[in-house]
Amino acid sequence: MHELSLMQNVLQTVELSAEQHHICRINKVKLVIGQLTMALPDSLLFAFEALKPGTIFANASLVVEEQKARCQCRRCRQEFELDEFYGLVCPQCGNIDIQVQGGDEMYVDFYEGE
Amino acid sequence: MKVKLESRLLGANELIAHNNRNMFSSRGILVINLMSSPGSGKTTILECTIQELVKQIKIGVIEGDLYTDQDARRIEQQGVEVVQINTEGTCHLDAQMICHAYQKLDASKPQLLFIENVGNLVCPAEFDLGEDLRVVVISTAEGNDKVTKYPLVFRRADVVLVNKTDLLPYTDFDVEKVKNDIGLINPSASIFLVSGRTGEGMEAWICWLLQQSKNKLLSMNGTSYLQMAEGRK
Repeated sequence: MHELSLMQNVLQTVELSAEQHHICRINKVKLVIGQLTMALPDSLLFAFEALKPGTIFANASLVVEEQKARCQCRRCRQEFELDEFYGLVCPQCGNIDIQVQGGDEMYVDFYEGE
Repeated sequence: MKVKLESRLLGANELIAHNNRNMFSSRGILVINLMSSPGSGKTTILECTIQELVKQIKIGVIEGDLYTDQDARRIEQQGVEVVQINTEGTCHLDAQMICHAYQKLDASKPQLLFIENVGNLVCPAEFDLGEDLRVVVISTAEGNDKVTKYPLVFRRADVVLVNKTDLLPYTDFDVEKVKNDIGLINPSASIFLVSGRTGEGMEAWICWLLQQSKNKLLSMNGTSYLQMAEGRK
């Protein structure tokens, strides 16, 4: 994954929006990251800390919400969350024809500032 | 003050990829994004494939490498138009690079465009280029564990080419295990066993590819007929 360049994208996106809202100090940024994207929250936090000094994010905190992949078996309709990325197998009937809903999210949910 | 954004992190790339896809579709070009680890045989497969197809269909190639134009020179010898992208350290191609590179190929009006991504099983999986099909190459010399170790690229693949089947007797590569592993994360992926060196198994892959290109042209003509019909109403 590209946590550093992803974080650069985050900061740019938020900065642009903050400018439009006449916000000059950001206090909090919240990201939603799906499990299937394989982006690592720890690396995102590290990248955020590395990039923020001297910017409008200098005193901001970053919150990363991890989103599990939600799955439904096409055979027995059992719904379940994916524990591990690998192996899309229905825990109830062992079927491998699984519909995956979510888990691919990767977006800035909101930010707070003044 | 709280501002709700819901803006995607790779949104900029996805937007350009979307534009690329529309542009390719409007020209009826089938676009293949070829991905694998370094040394699995992407370029050799490409040479073989082009050799068979060059008389039937107009082909363009975008080569992605960190440095050098060695691959572009190899492909050029097949008599097709090639553009080399040197990423100079960047580990993947992105939609913007494809948009720029394609401008140099547009005049030759390809119907089939191959993009050979940078050899890497991790990062290229993240970046949509505007392609129709994602083709991942895995070679028998790389071992059995690549599918389980790099699930993202295989989960998003439309096709997996298992290359270097001529080396099977000399490795402990287990074709059935790998097919099973792919099936567990991506049951709809098509799998072809090929050898770029001996040409074994290439025919099935090439026939399949040609059919995809025909379907793409048909779908374009279908759309334009539909648009014409709607225009007449």
